[in-house]
Amino acid sequence: MAYLVQLQKQFDDYRASLFNEGFLDDQFEQLQQLQDESNPDFVVEVVSLFFQDSERLLNELATSLDQQNTDYRKVDAHVHQLKGSSSSIGAQRVQRVCIAFRNFCEEQNTEGCLKCLQQVKHEYTLVKNKLETLFKLERQLLAARGSSFV
Amino acid sequence: MNWFLNNAGIVDTKSGLTLGDGFLPKMCLRWWEKIFKMHHHYYHCIGSKSLRKRWWKRVLGCWIIGWTFASLWIFWYMSSQVSEKRKETLASMCDERARMLQDQFNVSMNHVQAMAILISTFHHAKNPSAIDQRTFARYTERTAFERPLTSGVAYAVRVLHSEREQFEKQQGWTIKRMDTLEKNPVHKDKHAQETPEPSPVQEEYAPVIFAQDTVSHVVSLDMLTGKEDRENVLRARASGKGVLTAPFPLLKTKRLGVILTFAVYKRELLSNATPNERIQATDGYLGGIFDIESLVEKLLQQLASKQIILVNVYDTTNHSDPISMYGSNVTDDGLQHVSSLNFGDPFRKHEMHCRFKHKPPWPWLAITTSFGILVIALLIGYIFHATINRIAKVEDDYHGMMELKKRAEAADVAKSQFLATVSHEIRTPMNGVLGMLHMLMDTDLDVTQQDYVRTAQASGKALVSLINEVLDQAKIESGKLELEAVRFNLRAILDDVLSLFSGKSQEKGIELAVYISDQVPEMLIGDPGRFRQIITNLMGNSIKFTEKGHIFVTVHLVEELINSIDVETETSSKNTLSGFRVADRRLSWTGFRAFSQEGSTCHVSSSSSDHINLIVSVEDTGVGIPPEAQARVFTPFMQVGPSISRTHGGTGIGLSISKCLVGLMNGEINFSSIPKIGSTFTFTAVFTNGCCNSNEYKSQQTNNQPSTSSSEFQGMRAVLVDPRAVRAKVSRYHIERLGIYVQVAPDLNQCMSILNNGNTVVNMILVEQEVWDKDSGGKALAISKSKNDQGISPKLFLLANSIGSPRANAASFGVYAPIVIMKPLRVSMLAASLQRAIGVSNKGNNNPRNGELSRLSLRNLLSGRKILVIDDNNVNLKVAAGALKRYGADVVCEDSGIKAIKLLKPPHNFDACFMDIQMPGMDGFEATKTIRAMEKDFNDRTQHGEVTTAEVCENILNWHVPILAMTADVIQATHEACADAGMDGYVSKPFEAEQLYREVSRFFQFASSNGNI
Repeated sequence: MAYLVQLQKQFDDYRASLFNEGFLDDQFEQLQQLQDESNPDFVVEVVSLFFQDSERLLNELATSLDQQNTDYRKVDAHVHQLKGSSSSIGAQRVQRVCIAFRNFCEEQNTEGCLKCLQQVKHEYTLVKNKLETLFKLERQLLAARGSSFV
Repeated sequence: MNWFLNNAGIVDTKSGLTLGDGFLPKMCLRWWEKIFKMHHHYYHCIGSKSLRKRWWKRVLGCWIIGWTFASLWIFWYMSSQVSEKRKETLASMCDERARMLQDQFNVSMNHVQAMAILISTFHHAKNPSAIDQRTFARYTERTAFERPLTSGVAYAVRVLHSEREQFEKQQGWTIKRMDTLEKNPVHKDKHAQETPEPSPVQEEYAPVIFAQDTVSHVVSLDMLTGKEDRENVLRARASGKGVLTAPFPLLKTKRLGVILTFAVYKRELLSNATPNERIQATDGYLGGIFDIESLVEKLLQQLASKQIILVNVYDTTNHSDPISMYGSNVTDDGLQHVSSLNFGDPFRKHEMHCRFKHKPPWPWLAITTSFGILVIALLIGYIFHATINRIAKVEDDYHGMMELKKRAEAADVAKSQFLATVSHEIRTPMNGVLGMLHMLMDTDLDVTQQDYVRTAQASGKALVSLINEVLDQAKIESGKLELEAVRFNLRAILDDVLSLFSGKSQEKGIELAVYISDQVPEMLIGDPGRFRQIITNLMGNSIKFTEKGHIFVTVHLVEELINSIDVETETSSKNTLSGFRVADRRLSWTGFRAFSQEGSTCHVSSSSSDHINLIVSVEDTGVGIPPEAQARVFTPFMQVGPSISRTHGGTGIGLSISKCLVGLMNGEINFSSIPKIGSTFTFTAVFTNGCCNSNEYKSQQTNNQPSTSSSEFQGMRAVLVDPRAVRAKVSRYHIERLGIYVQVAPDLNQCMSILNNGNTVVNMILVEQEVWDKDSGGKALAISKSKNDQGISPKLFLLANSIGSPRANAASFGVYAPIVIMKPLRVSMLAASLQRAIGVSNKGNNNPRNGELSRLSLRNLLSGRKILVIDDNNVNLKVAAGALKRYGADVVCEDSGIKAIKLLKPPHNFDACFMDIQMPGMDGFEATKTIRAMEKDFNDRTQHGEVTTAEVCENILNWHVPILAMTADVIQATHEACADAGMDGYVSKPFEAEQLYREVSRFFQFASSNGNI
């Protein structure tokens, strides 16, 4: 029982830290609210979708910016996508970098874009790790709860 | 001559007058024409006031001058007539006098002539003579009356010088001369005493031999020696006629006299005898002395009105020097008349001059008449002047008033506009404030903070509602408020309002009830929002001012009440909803038009068209309105007293708005109120019948939410135990709306007898709290336990008014505790309570209190709907789909605009589409435009009958799938772009329940109310 409480506390603290450090915002909470009995893995599903999507986009961005004649419209569309999906799950630090990224795209500033790409990658990795940790904790918590009920 | 001239003058003036008679009217006519024309002209160029004023002044001047002349003329004319008349009078008087004088003189003269014949007969023809001095004197004395004008008569005989001595001897005196006497007339008296000198020797003599006693002193005087007498004698014997002397002072009397002399001839002479023959034949001379002065006086004295007239008689033989014979010698150039006198002596001429003694009197009549006319004319002129001035002044005032009125109206409009603008401007930011407060409430707040926020929000809401009221007032005043005409369910609206106030009424322990007559149709066409506003206003007031008792809303048809107005006798104070006395509601509608028409026309109108005349009464047992304040109840911002607003709040605008709204609904509002007893507000409103034919009516009824739930209870039976008829009627009305057959029992015993009357199955017993309390539940419980034939005991319900006592009471009864139904009774609430108790519940509606309202309604709205979500972003797609699924929607996801177009090509079975705006390939706007174009094309073809797949379309003639934009930007430009593209609305990306609900409900509710889905 104490373990459960401890686990719960750990989970709550971790979750709070994610919000406090600005990795996540309200939108993530909204997302969690959408999850109910009929759709128990909703958040995980959405987030993993986000991971897939983002990795694809990041790769495409990297190849696009690698080329000699960078197609900025394409880059902008990718960044827009990334921004949209990050805002949808509430990964606000990724979203913020995306906004700056799009500004550089508009200016057709390759250097800035490359710099932003690095930042986005960095932020993405960060939030991915954080979320994965969070989900791991949640799974542990649920497992613990389930065992305690049994 | 003068007289003739005057006459001619009169004729002249008269002809002038007649001329004027013809001339004046013509002139007047012309004048008036001119005035009229100018008037006309004036009205043509109205506004040039100075011109008009000048013109009127001129007319006024002409008027005054004209009438001054006219009155002067009248004066002259009248006075001339008066003087004419005076002249005529004078002439006639003068002529009369002259004729009389002449006549009398002639009489005297004739007599003297007769005497001359007498002398010739008795003195000369006889020898010796028959007449001596004594005889003559006596005779003449006695015949003096015959000669009224003579003072004496004397006879002188012709004596030739040859006969003188013999004559003197015979007579015994010598012939004396007379001229000495005449030369000293002053000493006449003395001369009379002296012996006159003997006459000098002459050829012949005429000594007086006989004389009347009055003139006896002339005896023996020789007439030929007197200058006048000699001339007279000579002329008399030559002419053979009476001859007159010029007037001269008489001997002795010294008065003016005239001597008439007749010659006496020896023989009779022919009338054509020559003067010589006459002289030869002369025997003597008879002279009569006329004392003109006294004689005229005597004559005048005989006549009347001698005092007003002055008479002068002149001898005018010598024209240049007339000798005055009578009358004072007053030379007066005044009016005088001259009549000629003929005394029978052609040689002598006499005239009589008459004049009035007094000066002519002032012609007062003429003066007053003309002056009067002038005054009248001036007065008329003044009246005209005053009238014109007055008219001008009134016109000026009028223009001023018009100006003021315009300004006032403009100010009023400006005020209304200002109010509307300001309220609107306040409302917009207030919405922001309220929204923010709402969001703030959702955040993590401690208890105090939440309390603050709640208070702030409540105040904000109050402010917004106040602003809305003010806006309404302004709209009404500027006439901009228009009523909608949509179908609505009156009962549902009243249930809504009731639920709005139910909390408050339960708190206060007031009984709240609504009764709607069966004859009121289910669906009406009108403005439900405004109707609701009126009801809410009235009920809000009632709740505000009522501390105990009840508030009772009744809705009837006007016709119904007209017909029952005589029958209804429920005025007894006890027979009310709560037993408290109420103000007589019938008093509140006594002044209504609908009732004054005696119902007849009302009936015709209601039966001919489908107008529904509703009469709604809101009755309360509150403090009432003091009589002195009753007059201004409907005046905006007026409250009974300043203390009211302090204790109860409110602006006092509600009733005024209600009155306006009722007016817009062609109704009337009034009230009756008794202080400390209560008020009853009643209003009428005209609606159109919403169920045009019975089929539609039925379908409406089945579609209706309360009716669908009622089907579960259809055919059930209930017994209502309530001693109070009015309340029982209300409860019964609500229960019967569920399709339950209700029997009313005034007490539990009667209820028991109904139950034991085995034929019927009673499913439920509803007991009024009052009865329950009295009974302490014992008997009621016994009843509920009594089983009928099927072994089912009826369910027991308690109709409770306030939260307090019954629940506590009921708790003590444990298992058999009756189910408490809280008043006010409403169909939905009643149905829910009954469902819970009886167990006929439908699953869908089972968890009404789970979650917040919007989420619940969202679920209702979205459940089962097929919704297409388009987003190129998989994550977003997933989130949106998850959100919509959560509310029970059937979601189809696609990731591009092109796919959306493909799916939404009609006919399809999507209820709505959420579309991302920014998408690669085809963005949301473009996709929407294409979809709209397709829909339009399809609709056109459907209308032209080109589409054969009518079954697939499900008779939907007008395809228009609601498309909502999903966007992160909520700026206005995006919103407008959405509208331009044909989108129906937009939601911001992270779905928020309330916003989603607001947007979705806009068209889904519309669609459901249309009965499409």
